[in-house]
Amino acid sequence: MEKGTLYRIAGPVVVAKNLKARMYDVVRVGNEKLMGEVIQIDGDNVIIQVYEDTSGIKPDEEVINTGKPLSVELGPGLLTSIYDGIQRPLPVLKNLMGDFIKRGIDAPGLDRKKKWDFKPLKKKGDKVSGGDILGEVEETEGIMHKILVPPNAGGKIKSINAGKFTVDEPIGELDDGTHLMLMHTWPVRKPRPVKQKLPPITPLITGQRIFDGFFPLAKGGVAAIPGPFGAGKTVSQQQLAKWSDADIIVYIGCGERGNEMTEVLTEFPHLTDPKTGKPLMNRTALIANTSNMPVAAREVSIYTGITIAEYYRDQGFSVALMADSTSRWAEAMREISSRLEEMPGEEGYPAYLSTRLAEFYERAGRVIPFGTEKEGSISVIGAVSPPGGDFSEPVTQSTLRVTKTFWALDAKLAQRRHFPSINWLTSYSLYLNQLAPWFKESVSADWSDAIGSSMKILQEEDKLLEIVQLVGSDSLPEKEQLTLEVARLIRENVLQQNAYHEVDTYSPLPKTYKLVKTILHFQSLAQGALGRGIRIKQIMATRAKDNIANAKFERDYEKLLSNVVAEMEEEFNKLG
Amino acid sequence: MLKEYKTIERIAGPLIFVKKTEPIGYADLVRIQLPSGEIKNGQVLDTSRDTVVVQVFEGTSGIDRETKVKFLGENIKLSVSKDMLGRILSGAGKPIDNGPDIIPEKRVEIIGAAINPYSRSSPSEFFQTGISTIDAMNTLVRGQKLPIFSGSGLPHNEIALQIARQSKVVGEGAKFAIVFAGMGITNEEAQHFMRDFEETGALERAVVFLNLADDPAVERLITPRMALTAAEYLAYEHDMHVLVILTDLTNYCESLREIGAAREEVPGRRGYPGYMYTDLASIYERAGMIKGRKGSITQFPILTMIGDDITHPIPDLTGYITEGQIVLSRELHRKGIFPPVDVLPSLSRLMNSGIGPKKTREDHKQVSDQMYAFYAEGRDLRGLVAIVGEEALSDRDKRLLRFAQEFEEAFVQQGSREDRSIQQTLEIGWKLLSKFPKRELTRISNDFKEKHWKGQE
Repeated sequence: MEKGTLYRIAGPVVVAKNLKARMYDVVRVGNEKLMGEVIQIDGDNVIIQVYEDTSGIKPDEEVINTGKPLSVELGPGLLTSIYDGIQRPLPVLKNLMGDFIKRGIDAPGLDRKKKWDFKPLKKKGDKVSGGDILGEVEETEGIMHKILVPPNAGGKIKSINAGKFTVDEPIGELDDGTHLMLMHTWPVRKPRPVKQKLPPITPLITGQRIFDGFFPLAKGGVAAIPGPFGAGKTVSQQQLAKWSDADIIVYIGCGERGNEMTEVLTEFPHLTDPKTGKPLMNRTALIANTSNMPVAAREVSIYTGITIAEYYRDQGFSVALMADSTSRWAEAMREISSRLEEMPGEEGYPAYLSTRLAEFYERAGRVIPFGTEKEGSISVIGAVSPPGGDFSEPVTQSTLRVTKTFWALDAKLAQRRHFPSINWLTSYSLYLNQLAPWFKESVSADWSDAIGSSMKILQEEDKLLEIVQLVGSDSLPEKEQLTLEVARLIRENVLQQNAYHEVDTYSPLPKTYKLVKTILHFQSLAQGALGRGIRIKQIMATRAKDNIANAKFERDYEKLLSNVVAEMEEEFNKLG
Repeated sequence: MLKEYKTIERIAGPLIFVKKTEPIGYADLVRIQLPSGEIKNGQVLDTSRDTVVVQVFEGTSGIDRETKVKFLGENIKLSVSKDMLGRILSGAGKPIDNGPDIIPEKRVEIIGAAINPYSRSSPSEFFQTGISTIDAMNTLVRGQKLPIFSGSGLPHNEIALQIARQSKVVGEGAKFAIVFAGMGITNEEAQHFMRDFEETGALERAVVFLNLADDPAVERLITPRMALTAAEYLAYEHDMHVLVILTDLTNYCESLREIGAAREEVPGRRGYPGYMYTDLASIYERAGMIKGRKGSITQFPILTMIGDDITHPIPDLTGYITEGQIVLSRELHRKGIFPPVDVLPSLSRLMNSGIGPKKTREDHKQVSDQMYAFYAEGRDLRGLVAIVGEEALSDRDKRLLRFAQEFEEAFVQQGSREDRSIQQTLEIGWKLLSKFPKRELTRISNDFKEKHWKGQE
């Protein structure tokens, strides 16, 4: 191992001299052997970002180069885990250092003692290459973890055994002498290779009406969810982590609140997956690098998360990754960059900000992995925290250039207690056309039409409201007063959704569809009535439409909505 | 034996650059002795093989190239003891109340380590401040950090004092303490605080750290950390529920900017350093509760919004870290309403976990939602009335308009010595709500209406 000495320490960035190192090598810094990573080489100076607090570290202490890039351990045991930014399991750290994070302690990402029951799917003499499935292990109830040949290995299987193994015991051997194990490692900054990238064609069903209906995200797509504080970013992210129909969830708490991660940790084990009926925790891996944990580890937490996601994608799963918040990640980059005295770009962010963001989001996608015909996907949902809620700032803008779905959170809506406070006029999804055939086939032939008409009504409402502000709603023509009423029904019954109500928190697609259709039915009945000369006051006084609201909180919504439709028709018949 | 250097090369703002021969640890404490005999303290900001950059807490005035510099080889520490309760300390942790020295039980580094998220327990216990707008509408929970966003000339200090006087943790045998840290506050403000603490007896259960406006700016950077170190000691070693009041964070951030500029760092938004988010987080995130420990730390940071602008970097970054905010309104203040809390932009993220049966009252959530909705509608209508006149309004709209006014006058308004229990607060709420017909209270379920509604159909 190469050794050098420390020359200068200033916060999380240190300089070593006389150290033979390559870019992104992992090094051990000082007498306490703090973990760090080489981020710049300048003549004899090797510049290192350190993942732990550097207080008390002195010049002339030793720096050791491990010669390896920063890697994560991939194997069974990732799910249900909670890690810090550099894949140290937090429960293990708690046992080793107590309730506060101390430094200089290493903990492997995967439990070395736990034995897994391995069932081989290949046999002796089979030819395998990188990405091939060797066998499987039931990682958590209902999730069969595929054991893969590491991407860079391959050959003929010399031996392979069934039985109980820990992650680092050999389960077999290739003819070139490579030991096969349940785990392998992969450098986090390097995307795992895939055979082919495919365009996304199925939606990620989230059970949230405004997402599924109006601004859908495709499996393998990327979405950005920017918003000022208090607009409900974290609640939205958590709702997505809870209810999306992905097989695996990777949730990265990047520079956010400690109490929020605690909430996820206490809540998820008690929630059940609507698809499988198993605890949500069973399909979830958490990465928590809270705002007061070291900033360099925050920078890397995003890569740790996406590498874990890629590993499950390679096994043929659909993975959804939530990153809350990418702005904190960008700020970590800015902090490190300013300590390197690099020439700053916009607002002090490094000039490579948009490249890094694009590289990260490009690791999402629907793919055919090596070694299997089964496709896997990674959908990425990145929260953005723009300063002052101003979307023109560099992180939001760079993110928008690479994401195709944009969910704009609006503080004004949040203040009116309209949740989820996604602004329906500024948000967009570029997947609408790509996904239309799927919705047509799986939900209803006129899904897109119904959504399209609702959207039109909402846009019209926006225009009308400007006039109402000046003259009051009574002075509008009756037809337009009706539009306002229909728009209100859509806003309150479709767009608004209560994350804390046990039924309303998850809205299946047929329910979303039925709600929209019922409201549109009211509109056509009312338009007919207006045409027959009935006054808008009489239409507004009808009672049945108000019952639509109850359907949100009702498990048996179908019956309720059918009744509403029948009552509406009866009421309008009576009006004449 | 520690070496003494007389090798200051450069002095710039609060920073001195020293040449040295032995390796010096990053963030180590530095003792500086002036030729006059005066002693100053500093901390290592940057250390390399030949030079060390030191920030001097008491400012660099009087330092010359003859000044002696000694590196102490340890991080800044605070001497902690239970005897700190009832004492007034300087922003650097030295007694300034003419009392005896504090005999330390322990010396603790003030740069607190981050709590392992896995060790945290979810805050869920009600914390009564006796102020209606906080208790009912933006409930504080033990272990939460809830800042007050104020403006120059608004009575945030009065509110802080009222909270300090009235705070109660509901629960038996809970020991309660207050840690107060004043950062860059004026002498007059400080005296006001001290007088009030002494008069009301709150001082007995308080530890006070004071960094005044004319104290060195750099000292301001350690004051909140001193305070939180004392708080952690009381909370986690003596099982106390500690309320930490930090005022004024705006002064703290200004100092942060000053040091950043002196170090010639690349500035971020509005000249504040790019790491301000991380720095503020290292203060705010020290609130919380830990599994298996009885004590807790609840934070009430106070900041004045510059130009009343909530998007200014200081309130903005704060809002992203804290669990909500209490926003004061100049308009309410002008109307003579105290405390001038504007409930609409205010928020407590942990409210839902701290209220309800056994904690406050079963109808709490619904009453609060209903009042919020009515008040929001009522306030909107004020704009409309200005254009079309009150005559044009429907009966319901007129009721809403009246509600908005009564809500401000009877519910928001309360005396600075008026300590309302949550029961009293909710009763006031019901009194206002009872002026609406039952059917208009759409956010309240029927059984609660039966029980509490006192109007006439």
